[in-house]
Amino acid sequence: MSEISQAHPDYNYKVVRQFAIMTVVWGIIGMGVGVLIAAQLYWPALNFDIPYLTFSRLRPLHTNAVIFAFGGCALFATSYYVVQRTCQVKLFSDKLASFTFWGWQAVIVAAAITLPLGITGSKEYAELEWPIDILITLVWVAYIINFFGTMIIRRTTHIYVANWFFGAFMLTVAVLHIGNSMAIPVSFTKSYSLYAGAVDAMMQWWYGHNAVGFFLTAGFLGMMYYFVPKQAGRPVYSYRLSIIHFWALISLYIWAGPHHLHYTALPDWTQSLGMVMSVILFVPSWGGMINGIMTLSGAWHKLRTDPILRFLIVSLSFYGMSTFEGPMMAIKTVNALSHYTDWTIGHVHSGALGWVAMVSIGSIYHLVPILFDRNGMYSTKWVNIHFWLATIGVVLYIVAMWMSGVLQGLMWRAVNADGTLTYSFVESLEASKPFYLVRFIGGVFVVAGMLLMAVNVYKTIRTPKEQFANEPQAQAA
Amino acid sequence: MSSFWSIWISVISLGTILGCFLLLRWCLLNKTGVEEGDDMHHSFDGILELNNQLPRWWTILFYMTIVWGLLYLLLYPGLGNFAGLLGWKSSNQDIRSLAESKAAVVQSVEDAKESLFGVGVEYDRELKFAEERFAPLFNEYAKKPIEVLANDEEALKIGQRLFSQNCSQCHGSDARGQFGGFPNLTDDDWLYGGSPDKIKETLLNGRNAMMPGWIDTMGEQGVKEVAAYALSLSGRDLSGSELLAGLEEAGEARFAVCAACHGTDGTGNQALGAPNLTDNIWLYGGNELAVIETLTHGRAGVMPAFKDTLGEKKVHLVSAYVYSLSQGQ
Repeated sequence: MSEISQAHPDYNYKVVRQFAIMTVVWGIIGMGVGVLIAAQLYWPALNFDIPYLTFSRLRPLHTNAVIFAFGGCALFATSYYVVQRTCQVKLFSDKLASFTFWGWQAVIVAAAITLPLGITGSKEYAELEWPIDILITLVWVAYIINFFGTMIIRRTTHIYVANWFFGAFMLTVAVLHIGNSMAIPVSFTKSYSLYAGAVDAMMQWWYGHNAVGFFLTAGFLGMMYYFVPKQAGRPVYSYRLSIIHFWALISLYIWAGPHHLHYTALPDWTQSLGMVMSVILFVPSWGGMINGIMTLSGAWHKLRTDPILRFLIVSLSFYGMSTFEGPMMAIKTVNALSHYTDWTIGHVHSGALGWVAMVSIGSIYHLVPILFDRNGMYSTKWVNIHFWLATIGVVLYIVAMWMSGVLQGLMWRAVNADGTLTYSFVESLEASKPFYLVRFIGGVFVVAGMLLMAVNVYKTIRTPKEQFANEPQAQAA
Repeated sequence: MSSFWSIWISVISLGTILGCFLLLRWCLLNKTGVEEGDDMHHSFDGILELNNQLPRWWTILFYMTIVWGLLYLLLYPGLGNFAGLLGWKSSNQDIRSLAESKAAVVQSVEDAKESLFGVGVEYDRELKFAEERFAPLFNEYAKKPIEVLANDEEALKIGQRLFSQNCSQCHGSDARGQFGGFPNLTDDDWLYGGSPDKIKETLLNGRNAMMPGWIDTMGEQGVKEVAAYALSLSGRDLSGSELLAGLEEAGEARFAVCAACHGTDGTGNQALGAPNLTDNIWLYGGNELAVIETLTHGRAGVMPAFKDTLGEKKVHLVSAYVYSLSQGQ
């Protein structure tokens, strides 16, 4: 960790600090709500017959909180940090930075209020109603101006690969959000989609899958391209691999949405095309994983002593696993078994918890000491414990959902010799029940890790610099 | 779609794949001006980038997926209006009725006789498969009368499964019916008759029950009187009732109009589906308010027809199952 230096006086670290802290806060809340609804699936009485606490209302709160609040804050924090450091220039505008922070927090709070109240546009991952959608658009445009403005005034000749990914993520999310959220308001809290029928479904999943592709993948690859080489202290493995996998990834991802609508009223040609592009997408996705993991060549021994690096590298392993699984599930024959089962939930969480959360957590652990001018985290041991809590939690979660999902898929399609279904739906639910308990336990592990992280971050900030003696080699430069 | 959009789709989708291929070739050639394995001579916040060659196995994988993708788009629909060489599609489009759908399946099977790849329409292929695999079983059972099947354990199992998937939504998985007009099928009280033939007739063609509302002709008081009489037919003692005590006799005088369907003694008429009012079984609830409600606004029960959806042979087995339920009584 010889890179720890005094806060560069020219950089705007204030907004990075704000977003970094809120990443931890929203992470605990979003994942906590996830654990609550996981418990509700096992003990249905836990909604206490209160409408605001029913699964149907808390589930969108959970997804919005982890994707846009936790993931979003992590992306804002790291992109603002990385763009300044790799362009060697202060942010284009401090005022816009501050607006994006407070605007984004307002969006999250509005979501946390309206979703439990049942105010929803009903599109998955785009539930927020039109006034909030407009606020998101304003914040996002400010974000884009600030980020690209910073790149324009950069002091380096080239643009670093992390910024390609951050830039692609921002521009595409703007297009997706505006495209899919087009609606006709009938009141302040209710609107109806501009699209109808199969077109509406296609717009939704063009948005939905690219929320995964650009928000949860391209953005976090940007994070990976800075924090992995930085934490490992090694050069990026292959510049040319960066080029081909970047362009192939962003041009193929945008086609992949129709695989969410296999065997529906969507025209056959659209389904086939979505499937073909999804399968080809597997290769450029792995390009990112290879570039990240191979960056470690010559520094593998660091994994033994550095739990932050462990977070980053294991996140890449989960990324590789999810991006193999995703294209496989996009194949119609596989999808016929996996669709509408818990397998999908398992897949999403191997991406969201294994990849997105772990790379974010690793990056935040890297960032906090730098942002608050400390020689390291308060306790590296706690970081290590967090790593194991997160890893065990994720593995429990996804293995439970794989088993439950495949079981459901097989039970739903089983037929007797007379062609009738062998099992009723409720029998498949009964078969899934034990796995729901395992999933809940996995979730508890993950949240426990996040709570430990919060204490560690708090202690790091609160302990005076002089008392840091645990890492003597880390001298302020 | 118009040929413009078809070309548009084909050009941009093939262009995306071709673009990936060309960029892959370009990256393999190392046009960076930097020697392979060397670093790129630019540093970002201390991060260097090496100019390593793309991993060979990964490159091969990329070629393979591209070739596979193009092959798939050649064989299956994907490029706009181009239907693909296999002639595959998920379903018959432009179908407007069940009859048209059935005709289309027959046509597909006919067409497939000259095709190398079998039935091209997925839906038709699955129906054909199901027909070939399951029809012999149902044909065998169709030869036996319902009374015989009602004692055949295997036949009853099939009947029960078909019942669970098609009937239990209204009649309950135990066939005891539910409140709101869904009759209990396990007793010996039958609206349209409980003989094997009658049960099968009900299942095949459905039933439309029609109890008229009487509020306009009888008025509130009249409805109450008839309700009192109807309840008394089942032997209900109304002497303690606030609403209906002492109204039975007045109701009896009005019952002539009801007797047209329910019979002078109130035991009903299975030819019309008019329920027996003397057995204390109430399809829409037997408390005073529920009976008043029935008389006031009438009821319109619907049993759907299963001839087209299940077919005669499966209905035959369901009939045997339903018939068997009331035989233990």
